[in-house]
Amino acid sequence: MNFYDIIFYIFAAITILSALFVVTTRNIVHSAFYLLFTFFGVAGIYVLLGADFIAISQILIYVGGILILLLFGVMLTNKITNVEIRTGTVHMLPAAIATGIFMGAVVAVMVWTEWKSELSVTPLTTTKDIGHLLLTDYVLIFELLGILLLVALIGAASIARRDKE
Amino acid sequence: MSESLLINICIVILFLPLLGFTTVVFLGKRIPKLYMFEVAILGVALVLSIIVAYVKLSIYNTKDIVAAFTWITMGNAPSQGVINIDLGFKIDNITVLMLFVVNLISFLVHVFSIEYMRGDKLYTRYFAYLGIFTFSMLGIVLTHNLLMMYIFWELVGLSSYLLIGFWFEKKSASDAAKKAFIVNRIGDIGMFAGILILFTQYKTFTFDVIYQQIAAGNIPFGSNAWLTAAGILIFMGAVGKSAQFPLHVWLPDAMEGPTPVSALIHAATMVAAGVYLVVRIFVMLTADAMLVIAVVGAFTSLVAATIALTQNDIKKVLAYSTVSQLGYMVMSLGVGAYAFAFFHLITHAFFKACLFLGSGSVIHSMHHEQDIRNMGGLKKKMPITYYTFLISTLAISGVPLFSGFLSKDGILAGTLAFGKLTGHWLIPIIGFTVAGLTAFYMFRLVILTFHGEPKDHHKFDHAHESPFVMSAPLVVLAALSIFIWYTPNPIGADSGWVLKNWIKTPVQVVPNETRFDFMKPSTEEAKAEFHGEVVHSVEYTETMHWAHYPAMFLSLAVAGLGILIAFMFYQWKKLNADKLAAKIKPLYNFSLNKWFLDELYDMTAIAGTLSFSSILAWFDNKIVDGIVNGSATVTRFVSKMSNLFDTFVVDGFVNFTAFFSGFVGLSFRRLQTGKVQTYIVFVIFAIIILLMFFKPF
Amino acid sequence: MLHVGLTHFLIISAVLFSLGIYGIVTRKNAVMVLMGIELVLNSANINFIAFSKFGNFGLGGQVIALFVIVLAAAEAAIALAIVLNIYKTFSNVNVDEIDHLKE
Repeated sequence: MNFYDIIFYIFAAITILSALFVVTTRNIVHSAFYLLFTFFGVAGIYVLLGADFIAISQILIYVGGILILLLFGVMLTNKITNVEIRTGTVHMLPAAIATGIFMGAVVAVMVWTEWKSELSVTPLTTTKDIGHLLLTDYVLIFELLGILLLVALIGAASIARRDKE
Repeated sequence: MSESLLINICIVILFLPLLGFTTVVFLGKRIPKLYMFEVAILGVALVLSIIVAYVKLSIYNTKDIVAAFTWITMGNAPSQGVINIDLGFKIDNITVLMLFVVNLISFLVHVFSIEYMRGDKLYTRYFAYLGIFTFSMLGIVLTHNLLMMYIFWELVGLSSYLLIGFWFEKKSASDAAKKAFIVNRIGDIGMFAGILILFTQYKTFTFDVIYQQIAAGNIPFGSNAWLTAAGILIFMGAVGKSAQFPLHVWLPDAMEGPTPVSALIHAATMVAAGVYLVVRIFVMLTADAMLVIAVVGAFTSLVAATIALTQNDIKKVLAYSTVSQLGYMVMSLGVGAYAFAFFHLITHAFFKACLFLGSGSVIHSMHHEQDIRNMGGLKKKMPITYYTFLISTLAISGVPLFSGFLSKDGILAGTLAFGKLTGHWLIPIIGFTVAGLTAFYMFRLVILTFHGEPKDHHKFDHAHESPFVMSAPLVVLAALSIFIWYTPNPIGADSGWVLKNWIKTPVQVVPNETRFDFMKPSTEEAKAEFHGEVVHSVEYTETMHWAHYPAMFLSLAVAGLGILIAFMFYQWKKLNADKLAAKIKPLYNFSLNKWFLDELYDMTAIAGTLSFSSILAWFDNKIVDGIVNGSATVTRFVSKMSNLFDTFVVDGFVNFTAFFSGFVGLSFRRLQTGKVQTYIVFVIFAIIILLMFFKPF
Repeated sequence: MLHVGLTHFLIISAVLFSLGIYGIVTRKNAVMVLMGIELVLNSANINFIAFSKFGNFGLGGQVIALFVIVLAAAEAAIALAIVLNIYKTFSNVNVDEIDHLKE
């Protein structure tokens, strides 16, 4: 047990507990904030895996973009009469059973498989190497992603626009 | 003229009236005056029968002509072997004489009816019925076997039913027709039983074959008692048809029919059929059977004569006199006087037909008045009718110079001989008594109808002599009632050609021990005579000779006495009939009401039959119908059970299937929630199952 | 066992994934379903990066993870646009009430 493991367990606990609360809280806003903690936790795990750029991108995009977007969505789609916005659940029992079993199965798979694992050496900062890869090996996907973002932008704007009266 | 030609002519004679019947029935409505065709046919038949009679009696006098064909062959009756049923004709002297009689009287009645029935709305049908009757009667006369005789017997019964009930809208007429038919049927039961006994034993219906068998010693069931029984049973048919006691009740009621019908049927032909039957089976009658027949005949004649004394309807008097004379004929056959019986049948046919047609003439001119108490003095107005009626009355009363005397005398002689030979003296006593009574009531009838002063002046003024077509038959028949046609000797018939040449008493075929002593052959030579000569014992012939003169004088005496008393009562009014009737009122009523026999029958036989039939009706209603209804109820119950089963089990099963599939469907329908989240859960479940299945770990 | 290895990260990823599925399946509000989707995507990301480190893939896994993040963003945007549209039509965004496909 070294320092690495302790940090890992702390971040793992944060992530999983927050995710648990995300999916069980009645209050939407609480759920969104627990999602925020989940994202932070995941970012921490990324750092422990040596993907620092990805961790920063995670925080930037997810927390700063998607979460804000989700909160906007929450606010725009609920009749706000008071601070607390409650919502119900569906299919709790069958879903619980199903996902429970599923989780058990997948975890069992993960544990019992003999992974061929070699520790690879990652550079300390990955930014430069990721940028290099983006423009050499993965340039196609990079460009397509750009187009995709454009399309998503136009699409979202057009879908969500108000009807002309 | 050959035998086959004779047979063919007889066939033509038989079927001519049938031809007349069918023609008139089918074409009578369309062709007017078609009845003349019928009359003409009868005339042709009469001529042919005269020819046949002449040929037979002269050329073939001693030979019987038989023509037969096999109708049914039953080849394989078990334990019986081959059975053949033949039909055919037998022509002997008796046959041709009867042919002549039947055809002549039928023809004369047809002619008489042309005028008598004029204006009746069923005129043409009347002639058709006369035709079918004549056909049936000729069938009885010509046949050579019992089966064909039975068939025609029933046909005659049917024809008489049609003719008696001719005016069927009148209830009394239709009742009388029914009575005639039913009473006849009762007699026919006995006849049928007798025929069956004979058929069972001899396997054939033909007379000659049966008689040969009996002569050879083949007795029904091996016992003389059965032979006697067969004879008596067949005689039952004659009892019914010839109106003997106790089945005589139909004949007076049958006077409801038209008078020419009464003349044809009830005087001359149909009632004579019974006597003809006994004549045919005479040879197979044992002594016991003959005694029964004699007693029945004697008693009948006595009963009828006593009833005729008090009757007031002209036709009823004649009807009872017919019954009485038929009793005479039957009695004569019973005592063995075969030839006289048949002779009396012929003479009676003629004078009785004349009497009936004469009464028809009177009734017609008095506008259908039939009560003799309302008549009188018709002598002046209807001379032809009067004289023919008188001649016939003289004949029936047994006055010499007339035919009736000859035949009656012979019968009475026969009864005397029978009484002397067997000691049954009651029969001749009855015979002579009846002769006296007959003379009395017949002359009473003549005096009240024709002599004296008219009682009903209105009708009397309108009375007139009948036209030619009605009076001509009267003259013919009256002429035939005179002695000259039968024998040259007015007081003795034995020397006449009728009795000597034409009518031959046949040989008895029954075993010797069953015969009367006087009918047994006395010598061996006499025994062997075949086809013709009477094999009476010598004793019988002598007794008959002895009895001849006493019978004649005695019959003259009683006849004269009867006529005298009748004149004293009614003509000279020396004695008062009504006072006498009041003095002996019970007897008078007994006679007037026909010995209360109809009432007796009503109480016993008819009531018994009705109660029996009501018992059967109860049985049918309750038990048979109960069974049927019960089975219906059972069926309904079963079907109800089946219905329940069908409704609950089968339908239940079907309904359950439908419900089940609906239930399953409904259950599974809940899977379709329309919610993606539900589907995702299903996907996860599926993945889990796949994981289990493929076990990647 | 306590020493952190590939398996631990995979377990975290699996747990997050199940929780994400649970959230998708269970939640009534459409936005919360979207949150579940985000959880799922994050768990996939963790998987990529863990294998990138332990599987000798160089930095390929991380690049893929970056792409996944971008896609998640785009998808979230579009999804929320659709949700807003739904809100305009039905004036609520409970996914269990938008089941008009059932008929």
